[in-house]
Amino acid sequence: MTGSIKRPKTVIGLDGAAAPGVKKADPILVIDNVTRQFGGLTAVDVDHLEIPRHAITALIGPNGAGKTTLFNLLCGFDKPNSGTWAYDGTNLAGVPSFKVARMGQVRTFQLTKALSLLTVLENMKLGAPGQRGERFWTSMLPWLWRAQESEIEAKAKELLVRFKLDAKEQDYAASLSGGQRKLLDMARALMSDPNLVMLDEPMAGVNPALTQSLLDHVLDLKERGMTVLFVEHDMHMVRHIADWVVVMAEGRVVAEGPPETVMDDPAVIDAYLGAHQDVDLGVVTGRVAGELDTSAIQLLDEIEAATEAAAEGEPERRGEEEQK
Amino acid sequence: MTENASDVVVQMTDVHAGYLPGINILNGANLIARKGELIGIIGPNGAGKSTLLKAIFGMVKVRGGEITVNGESIIGLKADKLVSRGVAFVPQTNNVFPSLTIEENLQMGLYQNPKAFAERLEFVTGIFAELGARLKQRAGSLSGGERQMVAMSRALMMDPSVLLLDEPSAGLSPVRQDDAFIRVSDINKAGVTTIMVEQNARRCLQICDRGYVLDQGRDAYEGPGRDLLVDPKVIALYLGTLAEDAA
Repeated sequence: MTGSIKRPKTVIGLDGAAAPGVKKADPILVIDNVTRQFGGLTAVDVDHLEIPRHAITALIGPNGAGKTTLFNLLCGFDKPNSGTWAYDGTNLAGVPSFKVARMGQVRTFQLTKALSLLTVLENMKLGAPGQRGERFWTSMLPWLWRAQESEIEAKAKELLVRFKLDAKEQDYAASLSGGQRKLLDMARALMSDPNLVMLDEPMAGVNPALTQSLLDHVLDLKERGMTVLFVEHDMHMVRHIADWVVVMAEGRVVAEGPPETVMDDPAVIDAYLGAHQDVDLGVVTGRVAGELDTSAIQLLDEIEAATEAAAEGEPERRGEEEQK
Repeated sequence: MTENASDVVVQMTDVHAGYLPGINILNGANLIARKGELIGIIGPNGAGKSTLLKAIFGMVKVRGGEITVNGESIIGLKADKLVSRGVAFVPQTNNVFPSLTIEENLQMGLYQNPKAFAERLEFVTGIFAELGARLKQRAGSLSGGERQMVAMSRALMMDPSVLLLDEPSAGLSPVRQDDAFIRVSDINKAGVTTIMVEQNARRCLQICDRGYVLDQGRDAYEGPGRDLLVDPKVIALYLGTLAEDAA
């Protein structure tokens, strides 16, 4: 990473050693026993997790670990099978997403959600909460909302300048590149002056030339007093900007800690690569000549065990089906 | 490369395709799959891997080039016609009917030829033995890895000329991923020509006969899987540091 000034990491106050479920000195989000199942698939099963305030927390894990599902639950976009979570001490279980957003917890999506046939500026203005002109009767009486409208517009323009989208202000959102849409999403989220900003894969599909500026914007959020929770696949980004890393695998939190140490945790390496990453499947499948080593034999045993466990452990179930 | 025309199952020549007007995802992709081959397709995000499979299966409009299966053009054919021509496709997600049992899912795969059910079931359970014992279980109660196996089985029910797999390892834990790759290899060994798109490039190249590396909608490299696995250009571009660490 080049081109940006190295900014200091925030040290997270802990109540105990860094381990899954460790208590933080000042958590903004506290999650307890949250589970979500899709049919026979347990997508999320988190016992206890705290997200520290005024810090950047990264949520990482291999594909299918349940990161986005947990995100959706926390924002009220999806309902859990069980569990509770509290934002700033307020219980959020069962609170719909628009109310969650009004409380100051906003999110962006992995796939950007720009309204493509509105201009960039109009997209921004949509992000402002409590607009008087949106009410049925007041909408017909412009003098009641004109002042607020110009305030919103000024704020939107200011944010667009910050995100270097001001030149695109009057263009349709459809004309933006993938990276610019990510910026627009982030900028729009800031229209509501949030306390907790949740970013779902802010780097996914972004042109490398734009990554640096996106990174700086995420770091900026922290400097402006916000808390950031983001899901990311890009390890370089995580190492670079996260103060705290939470690792999920198969729905559970398997490790948490500062980025420098958590990446070396054996549980994390196993979750990503498996304990048998060294095994050559060409040899296992007999496509390439070679001897099965102990690790390969262990792998085959584990596969067999997993297959048997699945056959025994799951009786015929009726009622719940529908996957996501 | 010398071509024995009767051997070629799938041939893509200079294919251009895309979703939005004016924007092509595939920009001149070429691919050949011969009888009995296991072909792996890898590449970075957005390279057009899934789109390539969708182009073969008629799910994205092909704007230029030619795709043939067993020597006949298949461009513009609807899914049912493609299936009867011997093309089977396993999507990455939502690939089983959750409210149907495993058996019913397999029957759906044989919609066009229900009489052959017993015979094809035997073939499929020869590869996926554990499914045979659980035919009455609902697909919705299965884990991700098991669903993937049901989906592959369903695709195999029609005795396809070519099996198209879109990321069979997606969303699975490492052990389950390896399991899925071994199963794909088993399917191919049973004589099914297979084209597999994968993000787990190392595993994919370890088992495939030939691999294609896609970049920006074109086939950037092509070669035997084991050669690509150690090709420094491919390592630098797509396998990343993980391959170096493990090597």
